[in-house]
Amino acid sequence: MTTTPAQAGWRFKQPSVIPGFGLTLGFSLVYLTLIILIPLAGLVWRSASLGWVDFWRIVTADRTLKALEISFGTALIAALINVVFGTIVAWVLVRYKFPGRRVVDAMVDLPFALPTAVAGIALTTLYAPNGWLGSLLMPLGIKVAYTPLGIIVALVFVSLPFVVRTVEPIIEEIDKEVEEAAATLGASRFQTITRVLFPGLAPAIITGFALAFARGVGEYGSVIFIAGNLPKVTEIAPLLIVIRLEEFNYPAATAIAAVMLAISFAMLLVINLLQTWSRKRYG
Amino acid sequence: MADPEIKSYEPVHENLSAAVTESRSARTVLMTIAFVFLGIFLLLPLVIVFKEAFAKGVGAYFASLNDHDTLSAIHLTLLVAVIAVPLNVVFGIAAAWAIAKFEFKGKAFLTTLIDLPFSVSPVISGLVYVLLFGAQAVLGPWLKSHGIEILFAVPGIVLATVFVTFPFVARELIPLMQEQGNGDEEAALSLGANGWQVFRYVTLPNIKWGLLYGVLLCNARAMGEFGAVSVVSGHIRGMTNTMPLHVEILYNEYNAVGAFAVASLLAGLALVTLILKTILEMRYGAELAATRGH
Amino acid sequence: MEVRVANVRKEFDRFPALRDVSLDIRSGELIALLGPSGSGKTTLLRLIAGLERPTTGKIFFGDEDASSKTIQERNVGFVFQHYALFRHMTVADNIGFGLKVRPGATRPSKEEIRGRASELLNLVQLSGLEKRYPAQLSGGQRQRVALARAMAIEPKVLLLDEPFGALDAQVRRELRRWLRDIHDTTGHTTVFVTHDQEEALELADRVVVMSQGQIEQIGTADEVYDTPNSPFVFGFIGESSSLPVRIADGQVWIADRPIGLSAPNHPAGDALLYFRPHDIELLDGCSGCIAGTVVASRRVAGTRRVELEIGGERQRVEIELPVDHIATQKSRIAFRPSRWKLFPVKAPAN
Repeated sequence: MTTTPAQAGWRFKQPSVIPGFGLTLGFSLVYLTLIILIPLAGLVWRSASLGWVDFWRIVTADRTLKALEISFGTALIAALINVVFGTIVAWVLVRYKFPGRRVVDAMVDLPFALPTAVAGIALTTLYAPNGWLGSLLMPLGIKVAYTPLGIIVALVFVSLPFVVRTVEPIIEEIDKEVEEAAATLGASRFQTITRVLFPGLAPAIITGFALAFARGVGEYGSVIFIAGNLPKVTEIAPLLIVIRLEEFNYPAATAIAAVMLAISFAMLLVINLLQTWSRKRYG
Repeated sequence: MADPEIKSYEPVHENLSAAVTESRSARTVLMTIAFVFLGIFLLLPLVIVFKEAFAKGVGAYFASLNDHDTLSAIHLTLLVAVIAVPLNVVFGIAAAWAIAKFEFKGKAFLTTLIDLPFSVSPVISGLVYVLLFGAQAVLGPWLKSHGIEILFAVPGIVLATVFVTFPFVARELIPLMQEQGNGDEEAALSLGANGWQVFRYVTLPNIKWGLLYGVLLCNARAMGEFGAVSVVSGHIRGMTNTMPLHVEILYNEYNAVGAFAVASLLAGLALVTLILKTILEMRYGAELAATRGH
Repeated sequence: MEVRVANVRKEFDRFPALRDVSLDIRSGELIALLGPSGSGKTTLLRLIAGLERPTTGKIFFGDEDASSKTIQERNVGFVFQHYALFRHMTVADNIGFGLKVRPGATRPSKEEIRGRASELLNLVQLSGLEKRYPAQLSGGQRQRVALARAMAIEPKVLLLDEPFGALDAQVRRELRRWLRDIHDTTGHTTVFVTHDQEEALELADRVVVMSQGQIEQIGTADEVYDTPNSPFVFGFIGESSSLPVRIADGQVWIADRPIGLSAPNHPAGDALLYFRPHDIELLDGCSGCIAGTVVASRRVAGTRRVELEIGGERQRVEIELPVDHIATQKSRIAFRPSRWKLFPVKAPAN
């Protein structure tokens, strides 16, 4: 338990007539502690007990660094791709009326609902040299499956909804009068979008980007089928953790996980700060 | 309850004036880009699942599903969801009640902690339990001497699934209940209702669609989770294989029809989830407004 | 049921929303809590209801100390500003809710609850709408359902938070009269919060004027309008004009001239003179009067408002004249307040 009961002077909770505070908060904290905090603390404790020298040796091993580089690099590229296309998709879905708009809108959530393993084998089949898309790209000399490009494709799929879903509601909220005002002041449509609307969308786009990036870094299921998993070329960090586990090399698995966790938390912090900042600024 | 009128969910952009729309050609270009992008990345993967599943005909499809290991994987997946989802529902309601109905120190921090599993790689979500319960871990030997199996058994799979689906219900309900405020609850209290009655007759009906929405997403993830479960399951065929893990095994054995047949069931689940979700959003969009956009 | 608020103080996060408020409400009385937003009137109402707990002080229902009672035990009927109708329940279910949630022994049967709901709907003139949902009602109808729901539990006290705040002007006026009728029929001790002085003065037996967490004045409509006891009440209720003046020799002076008002009991020194724009008499010559230059003249309903600039300091005041009064043609007007009050320049720190 991390809380203390209400004390005189320093008030933990504002008084309220609504019942059930102790019960619900108590249960939430116990459950959170058992399911999330203790296991995560176990990971931190285990990696701390490795000692700096061992920890540093594992983390800076060539194969580890390459795996981290591949995970973060491909996630970054995939998130950037989704920023561009996700914003366009969100704009089209909110602003244009076309038959089946609702179906398309619903489909955007498919990557949230479709198990990653299913996505993985489907994408691999599509982009394999004899697959529908792979056979089209082959003559152009582009290989997707079993290359870093394949990892990016898988990550674009799994993180596709983030940008669309964070940007969509903001576009919906845009006050039509703001655009009309810009138009009456002589701005062209392009100027209105880039100078007036886009700055307002930027916080949402950045948030969507951060969420997509965070998701991509940790992704496992959809990637391992299409990546080929060649060490130092297409081996992602989560896969390396699994490999180390299967070798019963627990210290190495723990150390890599700790590094990934630290970076993920730093990103979570940034996301929260961004959201607070944009809420303060744009209400 | 600022405006109890049930609003249509459809965003109102039908009457955009000339000043606020793009030219016809710009619109065509943007729509083409959007459709091609979504077509390649969303539609094709979905189509290929069913195409491959039925590649050798309907007979082969059903034959591959009617396999002992496949059936036991389906059974295990359902079992895990039936345990994990209700647990997170109870937690989600409790956490949302505490966070949305009260002001207390550290509330923002607690909200952040609840979202934590979303930013943890699924593989790490599984790993933490391996470190906790594994043979070399603190609890490992003790558990072994008492004959309690957690890792490479159903309890471990359930725990890992609970971990990854932990935030789903809570994060649907928190904004919803915050938006609804305490007015209805105060009214019920002033009319003499006790705590349970307030929840049962007033709060629950107000949040039921949001709750269902959260359950839907939680369930989809619980049934489809791969990474976390893969680490703790041990991949024992017919014993600790969930459907997504079974897909992997079949695929690695070059049994494409088998793998895609099981995958088609999961894809079907995903489609049903999306359809129900869309219906909820259309019907109860105004009530769910707070939770849209995840 | 009498309600007594005794020396209540309420802080939110150390910020005092109410400071030492005491108030006696007589049984069967209709009381208005009137004040600008942030004056603490809603806080006081919620304290009486038990929706908030006082930081210090007590609240008595009759002779009983209600401070320690939970909201359920207090048995108050509370009508919320936005009604807080349960939108998933029909009108009849909303009204019957308070009876339905009673413990088994005291819970009326389903038929009785239904009967009571119809009775109350009849009282609030909405018979036949039992099966409707809140979303299918107009604002005024929702208001009435909220009131019927609050009355269904046979409350000791009826509390209404800005009962007409969300309605348009026409409906407001109608419902105001209707609430007065209901109150006269049922005889509930009733307290309502409003920021609309017209509403408070027209409806309430007594008006409690509040400002900055304190009660400024308690009195009937006539009392608070005719004899405001502070500059705040003067300014908040009705129209008022004020001028800085000086008291000397028991006379009121502006600059170096007496204006013909005697204030024998007022201490000498600077003061503020308050009067209502219509409480004036026009004078011809000016020996012992206030004279000013007309700077603006506006037609307001049945009268004409004239804005005057007074003296070297160019203080502006407003007076009210009959529309076609001869004085409205002039560029200088001399007058003297017929009903007025002096206040010290600095409001006493209380």
